[in-house]
Amino acid sequence: MPTLDTTFAGLRCINPFWLASAPPTNCGEQIMRAFDAGWGGAVWKTIGEPVTNVSSRYSSIDWNGQRMMGFNNIELISDRPVDVNLRELAEVKRRYPKHIVIASLMVESTREAWHEIVARAEDAGADGLELNFGCPHGMSERGMGSAVGQVPEYCGQITGWVKEKARTPVIVKLTPNVTDIRMPARAAKQAGADALSAINTINSITGIDLDTLEPRPNVDGKSSHGGYCGPAVKPIALNMVQQVMADPAAALPMSAIGGIATWQDAAEFILLGAGTVQVCTAAMHYGYRIVEDMADGLIAWMRRKGYESLDDFRGLSLPKVTDWKNLNLNYKIVARIHAEKCIGCELCYTACWDGAHQCIHLDRALPSPDTTRTPAMVAAESSARITTTPIAKLDLAGPDETGPYNTPLARIPRVDEDECVGCNLCSLVCPVPDCITMERVDTGLPPETWDQRAHEEARR
Amino acid sequence: MSETVKFREQFSSSPEITARFPDLHPPFDATAAVVEANRCLYCFDAPCTGACPTHIDVPKFIKKIATGNLEGSAHTILDANILGASCARACPVDVLCEGACVLHRYNKQPIAIARLQRFAMDSLYNSGAPLPFSPGADTGKSVALIGAGPASLACAAELRRRGIRALIYDARPLPGGLNTYGIAEYKLPIEESLREIDLLAQLGVEFHFDVTVEAAMLAQLEAAHHAVFLGVGLGAIHQIGVDGEELSGVTNALDFIAGYKSGAITSVPERVAVIGAGNTAIDAANAAIRLGAREVYMIYRRGPEQMSAFAFEYEHAKQEGVKFMWRVKLLSVEGYGRVEALQLCELEATSDGSLVPKPDDCVFTLPIDMVVLAIGQAVQTDFLRNRILLEHRRVAINRQTGQTSNPKFFAGGDCVNGGREVVDAVADGKRAGIGIAAWLEEQHAHA
Repeated sequence: MPTLDTTFAGLRCINPFWLASAPPTNCGEQIMRAFDAGWGGAVWKTIGEPVTNVSSRYSSIDWNGQRMMGFNNIELISDRPVDVNLRELAEVKRRYPKHIVIASLMVESTREAWHEIVARAEDAGADGLELNFGCPHGMSERGMGSAVGQVPEYCGQITGWVKEKARTPVIVKLTPNVTDIRMPARAAKQAGADALSAINTINSITGIDLDTLEPRPNVDGKSSHGGYCGPAVKPIALNMVQQVMADPAAALPMSAIGGIATWQDAAEFILLGAGTVQVCTAAMHYGYRIVEDMADGLIAWMRRKGYESLDDFRGLSLPKVTDWKNLNLNYKIVARIHAEKCIGCELCYTACWDGAHQCIHLDRALPSPDTTRTPAMVAAESSARITTTPIAKLDLAGPDETGPYNTPLARIPRVDEDECVGCNLCSLVCPVPDCITMERVDTGLPPETWDQRAHEEARR
Repeated sequence: MSETVKFREQFSSSPEITARFPDLHPPFDATAAVVEANRCLYCFDAPCTGACPTHIDVPKFIKKIATGNLEGSAHTILDANILGASCARACPVDVLCEGACVLHRYNKQPIAIARLQRFAMDSLYNSGAPLPFSPGADTGKSVALIGAGPASLACAAELRRRGIRALIYDARPLPGGLNTYGIAEYKLPIEESLREIDLLAQLGVEFHFDVTVEAAMLAQLEAAHHAVFLGVGLGAIHQIGVDGEELSGVTNALDFIAGYKSGAITSVPERVAVIGAGNTAIDAANAAIRLGAREVYMIYRRGPEQMSAFAFEYEHAKQEGVKFMWRVKLLSVEGYGRVEALQLCELEATSDGSLVPKPDDCVFTLPIDMVVLAIGQAVQTDFLRNRILLEHRRVAINRQTGQTSNPKFFAGGDCVNGGREVVDAVADGKRAGIGIAAWLEEQHAHA
């Protein structure tokens, strides 16, 4: 039976699923309920000098009827007094000694302030500290949050101050709102950080109300740039986690954050080197209960793959990410449409013509292949066709034999494999799983990268 | 055009009928419509569009619902089908757009195209916005249209959009033909048909009611106009030719349906028999149940495999509680002064497929209080004989243009296609309207 037990920066964790520092970890009562639901750890909503929050605070992007594809907030750090947060933290640790409780911290950028908050958090029983150098809104205007994370020197300096005092692992939370996330990561590592967490939220304006012309979330007619998160940011987070973990000068134990909602998401981040994963938006959307499937699904996948522990697969995909110049130029795939699965929506056809390389054709029912027939010609033929309601007694031919349950041959597109560049687009737009597969074609050529070719050309 | 009383205001529905015939397919609310619209895959050269006789661009109007562009959605529908609201309610979508939906082969549940179309059209009505088209610049041409059913209405709309006068003549007091008088009330209430025609009338279509066009008048219209469109539909329901057919209590499906829809009939006796098994027969049988009959029998000479009603209509009738008597022949209607019973004969199939009376005791009597004949409509094309070519007593046309053998005459709808759906009539009328305009243009060019 695979185990989710793991050790992160020296901390024994019952599983890698932590709640990120955010509204789901606002108070002790919430965190205890989260632990009851199965979360292995929680990063407390950032503790610091209490702020006043605004209403409203959140906005989101829906996509094709799905809610909260992307989520945005302009909420600041905890608006509760430091001593209340720390008293509750102590209570949680007392009642849940095996669970990880990390204190997320953010105070003004002075050595004394950081020393003081570190001492208080550790005295309260925090298992570790997460330095919030990432919050992109509000706090950054006051010289904290991403204002620190965006300047590697500040990042290093404060990490250094914290390390002077801290007895528990120090996790530096990175902002993605930089050109190269490796720079602040390197600074943190150099200053002695024990671990990193990434990514914090991305600067965003989620939308404008087209009636009032006011951006969302609306605070008395105005809004402010917020922090973007949720499923939409996962690819950005994967990229940034990979960048850091592939950089020896930056890599540290990584608690990955960014659009994680399922066991698949968690597995992907771990494959890129993450030690634990942090979740916020999905828990805000569906509640703490989502962790059950995250754990259950991850164990089932590990069993299928033969992994006993997270260490067995951690980072396995890192070597598979490389620079473009190292990709094999002689590798060729082409699209194959599996006619028996095709439902005849022709989305691959229109996508290939308008968005790719004009190599999918609707000519299977024609006497011979016809690559000159354009989408406009297809549409014109259809609109000129006369159709009537099929009524048995009036129609000598009887009902159409194909019926609704077989795709007419004329609607099943054909790939011109000689012209196909293997871009994947058709297989991405196809709504039917495994209907369009990308198949390898032997080019008869040895692997060759751009780098090799450039060297070869330089030599000649 | 002088402002006249709207057609819809000329009719007041019977509250009892409204209560007994609620929507068979209740409308979507905005939330449900958007959820459903988002399921649409947005097929290229979509099969639903191809299956629609009027080729409504279904994915286009559905995506516009999903984006909240309801005006654009209604515009897309009306541009292809000026009776888009009626068709949303009356179309047998199982064998048309929804039957063609690729989702049958995906998650097995086609997009609810008809209900989405109704949602878009209802939104247009509820907004109070005018028809999103204007009449074309006056060409000085005029066309007489015989019959105010869907074919003529669709033809008239195309003519008006091209600046051609359209004068519609109809024997009834209200427009719409079978769309108004002949479609089951739980699908398309009279008011909805009239509301749609009010919208279309904004194009400046001229209506002349209570006018029966016979041969002499047809000649006058031919002389007075640049072209004539024949949208005369079919005629009366066939007589069956048995004793007792003239008895009180024997009616036909069209009169019965028009009667209850207009509120003239609000109840039926306890036992009703419908003779026939087409879609109209089913409409009549279902109506009889809703109007209070305890027993409703559909009596058909052949078996269910030969019935001309759509499968979904058959299922609906069974759910309503209609009883089916297959391979039963009507011998006579019995009664003193009014119908009391039917003499029927059970048939069986012989090896060559023909139906013959069962050998023993095939004749039986069924007590019945009302009989509705629904064995198909006769044609009413006699007044056209010797003027234009008929085929199987239907008006023969060029399918693309609607033009008959007499170039000045165009035709569409049931009188051409033998009796199909509203949407087929609209498609015929639309093609003919475009065909007439093109022909007039051509005449003008050669003049």
